Formats: sequence, C-alpha cells, structure tokens
Amino acid sequence: MNFETTIGLEVHIELKTNSKIFSPSPVAYGADPNANTNVIDWGYPGVLPTTNKGVVADGIIAALALHATVEKHTHFDRKNYFYPDNPKAYQITQSDKPIGHDGWVEIDVDGVKKKIGISEMHIEEDAGKNTHERDYSYVDLNRQGTPLIEIVSKPDIASPAEAYAYLEALRQRIQFTGISDVKMEEGSMRVDVNISVRPVGQEKFGTKTELKNLNSFNYVQRGLEYEEKRQQQVLMSGGAVQQETRRFDEKTGETILMRVKAGADDYRYFPEPDLPALNISDDWIKELNDAMPEMPTKRRERYVNELGLTDYDAMVITQTKEMSDFFDATVALKADPKMAANYLQGDVNAYLNDNHVDLQATQLTPANLAGMINLITDGTISSKMAKKVFKAITNGEEPKAFVEKHGLVQLSDPAKLQPIIDDVLQANPQSIEDFNNGKKRAVGFLVGQIMKQTHGQANPQVVNKLLMTALQQ
Amino acid sequence: MNYFKQDLASLHADLVAKKMSSQELTQATFDNIKATDPKIDAFLALNEDAALEQAAKIDAAGIKDDQPLAGIPVAIKDNIVTKGLTTTAASKILANFKPVYDATATQKLADAQMVTVGKTNLDEFAMGGSTETSAFKQTKNAWDQTKVPGGSSGGSAAAVASGQVVAALGTDTGGSIRQPASFNGVVGMKPTYGRVSRWGLIAFGSSLDQIGPLTRGVKDNATILSAIAGHDDHDLTSSDQAVPDFARDLNDAASVKGLRIGLPKEFLADGVDADVKAAILAAADTYRKLGATVDEVSLPHNKYGVAAYYIIASSEASSNLQRFDGIRYGYRAQDVKNLEDVYVKSRSEGFGDEVKRRIMLGTFSLSAGFYDAYFLKAAKVRTVIINDFKAVLKDHDFIMGPVAPTPAFDLGAELQDPITMYMNDILTIPVNLAGLPGLSLPAGFSHNLPVGMQLIGRPFDESTLYKAGYVFEQNTDFHLQVPTLGGQN
Repeated sequence: MNFETTIGLEVHIELKTNSKIFSPSPVAYGADPNANTNVIDWGYPGVLPTTNKGVVADGIIAALALHATVEKHTHFDRKNYFYPDNPKAYQITQSDKPIGHDGWVEIDVDGVKKKIGISEMHIEEDAGKNTHERDYSYVDLNRQGTPLIEIVSKPDIASPAEAYAYLEALRQRIQFTGISDVKMEEGSMRVDVNISVRPVGQEKFGTKTELKNLNSFNYVQRGLEYEEKRQQQVLMSGGAVQQETRRFDEKTGETILMRVKAGADDYRYFPEPDLPALNISDDWIKELNDAMPEMPTKRRERYVNELGLTDYDAMVITQTKEMSDFFDATVALKADPKMAANYLQGDVNAYLNDNHVDLQATQLTPANLAGMINLITDGTISSKMAKKVFKAITNGEEPKAFVEKHGLVQLSDPAKLQPIIDDVLQANPQSIEDFNNGKKRAVGFLVGQIMKQTHGQANPQVVNKLLMTALQQ
Repeated sequence: MNYFKQDLASLHADLVAKKMSSQELTQATFDNIKATDPKIDAFLALNEDAALEQAAKIDAAGIKDDQPLAGIPVAIKDNIVTKGLTTTAASKILANFKPVYDATATQKLADAQMVTVGKTNLDEFAMGGSTETSAFKQTKNAWDQTKVPGGSSGGSAAAVASGQVVAALGTDTGGSIRQPASFNGVVGMKPTYGRVSRWGLIAFGSSLDQIGPLTRGVKDNATILSAIAGHDDHDLTSSDQAVPDFARDLNDAASVKGLRIGLPKEFLADGVDADVKAAILAAADTYRKLGATVDEVSLPHNKYGVAAYYIIASSEASSNLQRFDGIRYGYRAQDVKNLEDVYVKSRSEGFGDEVKRRIMLGTFSLSAGFYDAYFLKAAKVRTVIINDFKAVLKDHDFIMGPVAPTPAFDLGAELQDPITMYMNDILTIPVNLAGLPGLSLPAGFSHNLPVGMQLIGRPFDESTLYKAGYVFEQNTDFHLQVPTLGGQN
C-alpha cells in the first residue's frame, strides 16, 4: 500500500518587544520570579488590558513577510480555560479575525521548490510558568503577557523533510524582519506538530496525532519520520490510528503515547469586551511594508546572479539577517564577494560557535573584514598571515594598522627577493643538483629556506616564480 | 452637627468659610453612620482612621474656592477597588481582600480631595436588583426598613438617602445605579459607556458596566460626574470625548423650552404599577408646561432587552469571574487534594447562588454548539435595540420613562424568583445595551415610597439630562422630602 502524509505545524513566535502585549511590564529574561509583573499580569480584580501597538505592528510585519493578507478590521478574543499559569483563566488571543491569513512560504527540498500555504497568523499573550519542587508548585508570571504570534500552516506539507524546510524558511523570513530572535533553543520559537497518513487516493485525511517535546528542527523531522512510519505500520497491519498526543524521546528517536484525546476542548471563545476592535489603515500597512528589509530569498538570488556565489554559499550567508547584512556591507567596501562569503562561513562562523556569541555581539565589523580581504587580494598579506590578522579583527583592531605594527607586510618585490633567493641557492648546491636530477621535492626545501630567511613574509607566489626561473637557467 | 439638607456647594462654602473643618465634617459623618447604619446596613467597611487623617491633612493645607469637593466625605460601592481598604464585591470569595491599587474613579475623587469614608454594600459582584445577594449583610430601604433598597448599588443609594453621606459612587450594568436611586428617592446617573474609566471596577459585564454618582440633588450629581469622567490610558474603552463642567449651566437660566421629549409607549405598558405610571404622566405634563413637547414614541424591541442582556452580561461575567480561582488571592478552600479541588471547592464555597446561576448561564451561552443560538443572537438583538434608540433620539432630545415598574418591594419577596427579579430591570437594561446615559431622579411617591423617573439621552449628552433633571427639580419638591431614620435630623 502506498501512503501520503499530511503534516500541520503551529509555530509560536515570541516577539522582541520592550513591554508586554497588554501591560507595561518589561519583557526580559533571567529576572527573579514575578519581578516583571504588575496587577494586570496577576489578573487582579478590576484591571484592564491595554494593547501594545508595537505588537500589532509586528503582526502586520509578520503577515507581510509571509505573503499573507492583513486583516484590516480585526479584534481580540478570549480563550477560556483554568490553569495556575493563566491568571485571568482566559488567554487574550485572536480567533475569528486573525491579523493575517492566506500566506505562503517557498521551500526547496533537494532542488524541488514548493509553496507551503499558511492559513492564518494571530497575535496573543503567552502564559506564565508553573514549576514543581518537592510537595509544592510555584507560579512565575514573568512570561505572562509576553507577546506571541501563532502561525498555522495549511495541510500542504507532505513529508518530514518539507516540514524541516518550512520551519527553516519561516525562521529565516521572521528573523529577517527583526520582530523575533526565532531561536528554538531559547524558546522564542516553539513548534506544535500534527501528522496523519492516508492511502494514496483516499479523499479524507487520516486520523492525526500530535507530537510534543520537539525542541529543534532536527527533532521535528526525526519525530515526524518515526511517526510517519509508525502510522503506516498501524494501517498496514489493519489497525486504526488513535487521535492522541505523543511525546518524542530524544534518546531513542521514538514517539511515546502521552494521552488519548477525547473530543475537542471547548474554550468558549468570544470577543474581548475590554479592547476596542482594531482598524488597521492602508497607510500603516504601507509604512511597515516600505520599511521591510529585503527577504532572504531575494538576497540569495542577488548573491548568485550578481555576485557569483554558489547556491550553497548564498544559503549559508542568509541564515541570519545579521550575517547577510554583514556580507552586504563587506562587499560594499569592495571586498571580493567569494572571499567575503568564505570568511563568513569559515573563520567567522567558527569564531561565533567557539565563543557562543551572535555576530552583532562581537567586535567584528564589515570595514575590518573588508580591509583584511583587500590586503589579501592586493598581495600585502598572505592568507597564512591573514590568520593572525583575523584574530586581531575579532578584537576590533584595524587590519592595516595591525599589519604595519607587527611587520606582517608580505615581501612581494622581486628586486628585494632576488638577492635572498640567490643566497639560498648558493648555500644549497646539493638541492640544485637534486632538482636537475628530477627530484621535485628539492623545490619545497628551497622555498622553506627562503621563507625562513624572510621570517615568513615572502610572497610564496612571487618566490615560486623567481625560484623556478633561477633553477631553470 | 446637622448637614442632612446641605448640598456639595453649601458644604464647600462652609468649609472655605471655616464654619467647620473637614475633620469635623468627617467625624460627624462617622457619628451619623454609626447612629443610622444599624437600621439600614448600608456599609460593609468604614475607613475611619485613614479618612480622619486625610481630613486633617486637607484642613492643614486649607480648602480653596476652586476645590469644590475638597474635604467632603464620599462613600464608594464595594466593587470599586480602593487601595489598602477592603474591597469585597460583597462576595465571600473576596472577603478581607485589600487591593494594592486605586480605581481611576476613586483616584480622581482623591485627587479632588474628597474623603472616602467607607465601602457600601451591594449584590454579590453587582448581580441582583435588591442587594439581597450580598454575602455579608442585608441593606434596607432608607424609607421603609421592610423594603429592599434596590440594587445592586443598594448600599450607596441607602447611604445617600439616609443622609449618611452627601454623595456615593455606584456602578450600573443593567440598572444598578438608577433602580436603587429610584427606590430610595435620590439622583443616580449611569453615564454613557466609556464616559468613566472602568479601571479598578471589578468587572461584571465588561461591555455594559459603568461607574456613576448617586447624590441627593441633580447639581451635586453633575459635579461628581465631572470629577470622575474622562479618558484613561488604563481603559481603552474609555472615551476621549471632552468632559464638560456638567454643573455649570444648572442655574435659573436653565430651561427645557423647545426640547422634544420621547415617551415610549412600551415604558408604560402592562406590568408597570399604576402609581408609577401616574408619576411619569404627571412629569410629562410638568415638562409640557415648561415649554417642552412630549411625544409618544416606540422602542419596539425593548421587550427583548432582558433576554439579550442576561445572555451577554452573564457570558462576560462567566469569563470575568474565572480569575477568582483560589490561586493568587481571595478565598481558597481547605481540605483539597489536587488542583481541580482548589478550583471547584474554592469557587463552590466562595460564590453565592445568584453568581453561580449567572456563571452557569454565561458558560452555557458561550459553549460550542450554543454560541450562535445564544451569545451571537443576543449580540444581534443588541444591535436592533441600539437602532431603536437611534431612531427615536434622532428627532428627540431625550427619552423619559419610569426607572422600574414598581416602587421598592418587600425584603425577600423576589429573591427566590429570579425571573421576576430580572424583569424589574426591563426599563433600565436596554440603556446599558445601547451604551446610553440614563439619569434617575425623584418624581413622586407611592404609599410613602419614592418613585423615580428615568431620562435617557444621546451618547455623551449627559448635559441635556442634567439640565432637564435640574429644571424638573426646580419645579417639583420630591427631592426635598427625606426619610426619617432618626439620628441624623
């Protein structure tokens, strides 16, 4: 039997605002429990929410970045449920008029491009956090009211690899807008997954299961791969898939039953009476659209078509807006694009990984990277010397000044190199004889001697050329 | 000290002229409350130490001409939060609850240097029309202690009517200021929705709730409303409409000449007491004599108001009252085994019957499968009712009618019969659904019980209502009659 798979993803993105969505409390991490809260966050008697306009703007930006239609007449709704981390016992969210709908992102799996639809995106508040220690439970409301955007996919995702690609496309586009850090490891991007399989040709979707504990894109893909196979096997053995929630086990790569879903929860949604409806003007949408940065797909096209990068290079450079902006600024300073891309993917990325920092938190600047690359291309320094220079620019040093200060300037002048080469040849007649007898290794030894004499500053290309000329005379 | 028949202006004049100090006035108020409250039980909490301390400060600073409310005592309905002063909403679930912040309305009164003397009784969470659903005490009508004071602002109305205070704040979701004002023969204003900030008002029906003043006279009422009204950044449903000095034009030049008044035939239909009907018809004649025209008009969908209201208000309440869950503040049941126990037992033990009834009604109306037939349908009815009012108010300056179908009824008479109790609000509820201002003022008596008249205006046109109310007052003497409780006069 052949099966087709349908995957649905609900992605929660935490917005990078200064204050909460419905209260003036700060959004900040690492504070003492309940330090970033006020009467509104506590769900105190008599309090009212006020809408943070920046969150609405972020919702519009997300909609625009994901090719969605901005809903100009929208409002908030209440989703009612009891839980200690939910102090009002309702979440203010959007139900019947989400701020954006009918969007899409393009994915590329092994060179095959496909559009994945987004049914809706809405803005809402996050809940607090419950923690349990020994016999006690504690409630920390610091996170209560942190603004979120929930993005719901259409049932277009047909494989775990497509799910991975969709998440990556979503992450990149949102990251480029700057409204969120979109980091799963820090919780600023969270993914709820559901999957169903059905025999090819069957019109009705299969029964879906939900997966939890998927804390990275990799786990999402692995969890889905396991679950896809499991459901196929259940159907092939004549069984029926249960509507249930399953937990992904990182160690075994398997999914484990958590709970069987008995009917849908009734959240008794209704329009939030404490907040007036939102009327979003065309002018506002235009203003936000005009300020929208160039998206990663556009940038990749430009890098490949105009700057001659490979698809792979272009993809790596556009992982984050910071990296891509850094690249653009470096190239704008006349650095060779290919070399700039190589440095960013290689030395820069290694440096960021080793030090666990983001590019914008380092002392690296496009001016200094471009300066270093230009010193390499004009022959002032060798790529070997560049290692030292790179280290210096990670400490914020200006490359040209550093090179001069430490005498790292490469010796490329033939008039200065020729006498040294002559001296080395004179001192090593055996090597000349070896060369003449066909032993090519002798060249390496002679170059080594020349480099030693010049303390490594000789330009190897020039040395090679002069040496070969001398040897062949 | 006898200040029972003084209004805000004369108290202010006496304070400025130093005929008395705010401390003396405040002390006299407490003496008065202590003498009379055993009979009417209007107060849930007194603020004696803090109030006297505040009065002393005000005296020390001196009261100036441009501080019309400074040093004058005021009472606050106990569903409006007051920093450091217990705020219970007359519910066991909030017994001993001391808020850490002030409502905007009480903060504004404090800014005007009014002295909060205490918190008045109400129906639990303002759900009721007789103040009988209070978890703590039964307030009595100031005119007859065998009668209900109305509700839910029964404590505030009885306190003003009995002369305990010259002014009090109430709240009105479906008639809760106007009906007790009518039952106690005082003036009560339910302002336009959005006129007064709801920040600090413990929510019942968020799209209907408004805070407003109860006073003995129209001018005092206007003065207090000007002090508490206005846009508030804490409440996005509060309006940025300019707040006029409502009392300024209430003088001898005030007139209703040329005004067109609508008298809806549905407001005098069967079920309205004959004495009430007679009082309203007499009031209509008074207006005609003063140069206004009174036309019979129709609000054809008025009869659907009560049904729509109990769905909308209860739906909102079912959600608003979920925060009382025993976790962060308020009553928490003992002897619980798990989280669900905390919720179920705390709420079962903490809420009274009427509150539970409305939570169930609202929860049902919002449930999957019933939402369209109930909540959505009610919201549509609400629009139809709004349009009824719009049509009449297009060519009428305001609408007049009774406040309630009857004068105050006997204590306990309707408590066991919710539907009869709900129908009492049939003339006030549509005004909340439409978000319009409604003024209740004394217009007659029936068997020694006051009968109130309701004036309903265009959105944010409280001025016309105050003017018409003031002119009516100048030409009648109902507002000058006071109950005899002993102690205060």
